Amino acid sequence: MAPAASRRGYDGVVAAVPVTVPYERYSPQVAHWWIARALGELVRRAGIAPTDIDGLTVSSFTLHPDTAVGLTQHLGLTPRWLDHIPMGGASGVVALRRAARAVQSGDASIVACVAGDANHVDSFRRMLSSFSRFAQDGSYPYGAGGPNASFALLTDRYMREYGATREDFGKICVAQRDNARAFPHALLKKELTLDAYLAARPIADPIHLFDCVMPCAGAEAFLVTREDIARDLGLAPVRVLSTIERHNAYPDDPVQLRGGWALDRDELWAVAGIAPDAADLLETYDDYPVISMMQFEDLGFCAKGEGPDFVRGHTLTAEGTFPHNTSGGQLSVGQAGAAGGFLGLVEALRQLTGAALGKQVADARIGVVSGFGMVNYDRGICSSAAVLAGGAA
Amino acid sequence: MTEALKRPPRKDPQKRTVSPTLPPASRSRRALGFLVAAAEGRFVLQRCGDCGAVAHPPREACATCLSVNLDWHDMPEGGELIAETTIRTSTNTYFRERMPWRAGTVLLDAGVTVIAHVHGDVAPGARVRMIARTDKSGKGVMMALPAKETENMADDRQLRELTCDPKHRRVLITDGRSATGLALAGALSGAGASTVFAGIAEDWRPWQGREALAAVDNVEIVALDLTDTVSVNELAGEIGGKVDILINNAEHVRPGGVLDRSDIVTARDEMEVNYFGAMRLMQAFGPAMRSRGADGVNSATAWVQISSIYALSNWPHFGSTSASQAAALSLGQCLRGEMAGSGVKVVNVFTGPLDEDWRQPLPPPKVTPDALARDIVSGLQQGLEEIVAGDVARDFMRRYREDPRVLERELTQIEGMG
Repeated sequence: MAPAASRRGYDGVVAAVPVTVPYERYSPQVAHWWIARALGELVRRAGIAPTDIDGLTVSSFTLHPDTAVGLTQHLGLTPRWLDHIPMGGASGVVALRRAARAVQSGDASIVACVAGDANHVDSFRRMLSSFSRFAQDGSYPYGAGGPNASFALLTDRYMREYGATREDFGKICVAQRDNARAFPHALLKKELTLDAYLAARPIADPIHLFDCVMPCAGAEAFLVTREDIARDLGLAPVRVLSTIERHNAYPDDPVQLRGGWALDRDELWAVAGIAPDAADLLETYDDYPVISMMQFEDLGFCAKGEGPDFVRGHTLTAEGTFPHNTSGGQLSVGQAGAAGGFLGLVEALRQLTGAALGKQVADARIGVVSGFGMVNYDRGICSSAAVLAGGAA
Repeated sequence: MTEALKRPPRKDPQKRTVSPTLPPASRSRRALGFLVAAAEGRFVLQRCGDCGAVAHPPREACATCLSVNLDWHDMPEGGELIAETTIRTSTNTYFRERMPWRAGTVLLDAGVTVIAHVHGDVAPGARVRMIARTDKSGKGVMMALPAKETENMADDRQLRELTCDPKHRRVLITDGRSATGLALAGALSGAGASTVFAGIAEDWRPWQGREALAAVDNVEIVALDLTDTVSVNELAGEIGGKVDILINNAEHVRPGGVLDRSDIVTARDEMEVNYFGAMRLMQAFGPAMRSRGADGVNSATAWVQISSIYALSNWPHFGSTSASQAAALSLGQCLRGEMAGSGVKVVNVFTGPLDEDWRQPLPPPKVTPDALARDIVSGLQQGLEEIVAGDVARDFMRRYREDPRVLERELTQIEGMG
């Protein structure tokens, strides 16, 4: 494998204009509608015309039968660079790094990265039953518990292996709910105590109600462009210091206790030129709290197996010792399909430009965002992460 | 430890019968290879013909060497339960009605991990024995059982969803007059069947064995003549709503092929019982069974057709009978299609020559009625959809699977006719 130094940085490329279209638990609107709303907000706030968008990435589970291709005609866009990114929870960072290279190489100047999904009353069931071939043949017939059951198995194994307790996971969830109570778009804002967390009904042991995200409809978007274009448009820029992605890491692990981040994190930090302790905030992909804990370990904030101790030793709210999922994460804001893979990144862009809608992390300069996606069979396949810096170079 | 299943109370006729719902039924075409082995009770996985790596879930190419040379092979059944969950919510109606549901991750001795149903008696982290069966959707699934037999093990409610256990069920044997009928009645009664209806045609004709049959616990002798549509319909009208397992053991067997006979009179008699008889039964009893696939502890669960193994490939010595049984086998395939979605399994039993009058001149080994009955009851307890009884039939099946056309030539060459 090539040495870490051979990977180029993203000089001159910035991300900007974080957009969240407020989520709804159920909505009769379709994915095209949600994505259009995000793009509309994006161009309005950037002060550009839709025709100025010359690059587009799209992530959605419910756009069928369309892809990014059909969307260009549907929305009247004529991009010279187009990507469809079906990576679920890893989509945000992957869209960012694809778009950043396109801008860096001159293939596009202004790339809109968008994710959006519908949530009709019956759409979650339909999506689960046809999610992937391996799920259809190998996991869904065994109780049809969907991701709850898959992550229950993983959580069960993790708890036994590393001694994590429900209280540890509860602390993550309670802190996120605390953050969410200040975030205007969060769907779940009722105060959550650790007692209430522990007393919640079981969903798929050891997963209980507040370990689960709530499926909903919504969209998220941001722009990737050159630093000089952002300056001319008067947009607050966030620089991209380093990114990684990995798919199907450690395929021989009998149960997933680590993700692809562990394989690539040394390079992530080396290219960024900083160490984990320089991070002012972390936005993890939190479909279940065990996955957030795994990201603390695999991104290098603590060693493997020390996730529970790390959680016990920190306060995880936006004003705490380790600000984490500062808008409340999917656990409290809701999981709007593929937009859930953008939520952390879009929130980091707000935090690093001092534009938080809820709690603002004080002096936030370096933000880390990680993504995790697609339980194809028994584990999440895609992992991604980015180190971002606020302000101009 | 599993609690012993209680005999269900008499059904309240004012209550609505629960409609059958199904576990997820869609599978890739490749996964059907697992299903056909599961129907026989074999636990198979794909193995790479080039590098030997074992693969799961079913796939098109080896994830170690990218070879597309993957075939299904019997695998060691041992494993260890390395993670587990009890699922309490599901978007699938079938599982919603059966919550909570236990599932787990098993690290197989074969070297791969699988997600499987988990028997209630398996302790966390314990060694397990894997089985492959068809579920209510008729699709192949795996279940982890305790490594060693436990008390009332078969009564586990998740395991019972995969089996056709006669315990507390009501069974109709279509020919009680034959030696197989008597043997079946005894074996089913011994296995805990709550009622064994034994059909007798032309009961006014005196026959040996009536007392022996009537003496079997829980046996109820009923009038049934498969060649008479009115008789079949009358019986269905009386007991059709409480037949949980139907075993069609009636047969009309005569030696001879085409050229040995000068007319079609005997062939007609064979078809009248073996083919039209089966169809009459299906039309009279099938609809009620199809609607009762989820009817509690004593739901309708299996339609069992006993055929000579020569239904698969003609043996000219009994050529005309073979043809009528081939017709019945084909009809059974049709029935399986029409029963899909009901949770009722269509079970084919293939036997070698039975030790009875009409096969008296044939050489051993033959299948005794008791051995056949044992194999059938054991197959129902296991939930198999294909049961092969006796050494002759097992040997035949092996050769049939190797190459049915070579077998056909073997059976029809001059030496093959002895």
